[in-house]
Amino acid sequence: MSAEAIIETAGLRRTFKGKGGPVEAVAGVDLSVAAGDIFGFLGPNGAGKTTTLRILATLLPPTAGTACVAGFDVGREPQQVRKRIGYVAQAGGSYREATGREELVIQGRLFGLSKADASARAVEILDSLELTDAADRTCGTYSGGMRRRLNIGIGMVHRPPVLFLDEPTTGLDPQARARMWDEIRKLRETGTTVFLTTHYLEEADALCDRLAIIDHGKIVAEGSPSDLKREISGDVLTIGVNGHGERVVELMAAQPFVREAGLEAGLVRLYVDKGEEAVPHVLRLLDSNGLAPSTMDLHRPSLDDVFLKKTGRSLRETAA
Amino acid sequence: MRTIRDTRLIFERSLTLSLRNPVWVIMGIIQPILYLLLFGPLLTNIARMPGFPPGGAFNVFVPGILVMTALFGSGFVGFGLCDEMREGVVERMVVTPMSRMAMLLGRSLRDVSLLLAQALLLVVLSIPFGLELNVGGVAVGFAMLALIGLMMSPVSYTLALVLKNEESLAPVVNGVAVPLLLLSGVMLPMSLAPEWLQTLARFNPLYHAVAAMRALFNASYGDSEIVFGAALLVILAVVTMTLGARSFSRAAA
Repeated sequence: MSAEAIIETAGLRRTFKGKGGPVEAVAGVDLSVAAGDIFGFLGPNGAGKTTTLRILATLLPPTAGTACVAGFDVGREPQQVRKRIGYVAQAGGSYREATGREELVIQGRLFGLSKADASARAVEILDSLELTDAADRTCGTYSGGMRRRLNIGIGMVHRPPVLFLDEPTTGLDPQARARMWDEIRKLRETGTTVFLTTHYLEEADALCDRLAIIDHGKIVAEGSPSDLKREISGDVLTIGVNGHGERVVELMAAQPFVREAGLEAGLVRLYVDKGEEAVPHVLRLLDSNGLAPSTMDLHRPSLDDVFLKKTGRSLRETAA
Repeated sequence: MRTIRDTRLIFERSLTLSLRNPVWVIMGIIQPILYLLLFGPLLTNIARMPGFPPGGAFNVFVPGILVMTALFGSGFVGFGLCDEMREGVVERMVVTPMSRMAMLLGRSLRDVSLLLAQALLLVVLSIPFGLELNVGGVAVGFAMLALIGLMMSPVSYTLALVLKNEESLAPVVNGVAVPLLLLSGVMLPMSLAPEWLQTLARFNPLYHAVAAMRALFNASYGDSEIVFGAALLVILAVVTMTLGARSFSRAAA
């Protein structure tokens, strides 16, 4: 247990009743999130991200294990936790027939602010999110990006030290997503710890200080994006070989410059130390064996490669 | 106190939102007005039949229509909650430290306020048809209507929290409300019914509510149904409120 951990879980489990017997949505999650970090929870749909988030936000009791948020146990002292967290669900939180200002004011008042303080805080948030012009319009008239920004604003009214965001950019266009990333980075400057879930690799990569990759309710890797990518040293070379995959993998695995070879969705994947030197070797080898590649792609390892290596599946495919 | 403060906040918010888009409020009043206009006149002749309770036709009919308005009006308040749940409003509020009872009570008091406004309109509209106005009795009758609202709206909210969407909620609410309505003697007095139907009706709290309301509207203040009906409604309202508040605290799970 690190001294400055603001979120800490041990052996967290949550089982749901399913049609074919119990389903373990969260299957033993141990997490530690340092105060002030943007922490990403990356995984495909159904991996257990939202369930974990809901346990941490006091919405769902765990079947087993413990979780501590901002110094309090979520099961034993949920009221203390609620005072110190903001939570923005995927469903949003703002009501389409209420105005942005109304939503911010009532949220402040539910956290105990006086009418005057809640109004002042609403003005401040509307201003920082550039929603002042839309403040007195009903939320139903907002664009997708505006509505998401407002929802985050609602979660921030009481200046919580911890903010939970469930898929904050899902369904947003690239411009609105970039804008949202900026808002989330601004939160870090205020010292807020942000815990977000995402199934976008780019988002986890661009935004998060640390991340945990979750699959089937278990954490399969944890670290900073660059640490995780460094685990896969060297480069990744993918080759299309028109159905001769097995043979090519066998051939390449025997080469000294290849660290690892595998087949993924019909493509041969090679992990090599120096990609630019490996390419001519590979081409010559294929040629001398009477094989012609249809495609070839060389790239630095991405988080998808990390996911693939840990789970044997590509996140891009599972997320689609 | 936290609960009172939060209740006021939720009451004000939900009343503002209801009045901003009053489609439900208007739809809730159209049906009873139609009964008043198109069914009420039938009763003037039936009222002379043996077995019809004492009092003018409209003094028997209007209390029944008011109970029907309360039953259906409060029965369907869960629809609005389904809508709020879909937009994440309920979840957002459950994550605040606010009082769980206030989430329910604030909404139920809004429902009761709208119900009483509808009831007032109906009573005023009934006067030209021949409703004999006993102000004291009508005032106490409105208090009983409020109790019916406080008893029924938590049931609707609880069902909404469990079922989560309007498509599942509508048949369940109808399945509960229609038998309650038929066995309450709203349309025609139960005194016209065969013995077994009367026996069955006595297990329906709304039957007693209707009987009490009729006694009040006829200024028969000594009728024992008044105290019995009121006591029954208070007890049931406390039970449904307690269960409803509990469903809100589990709303998210």
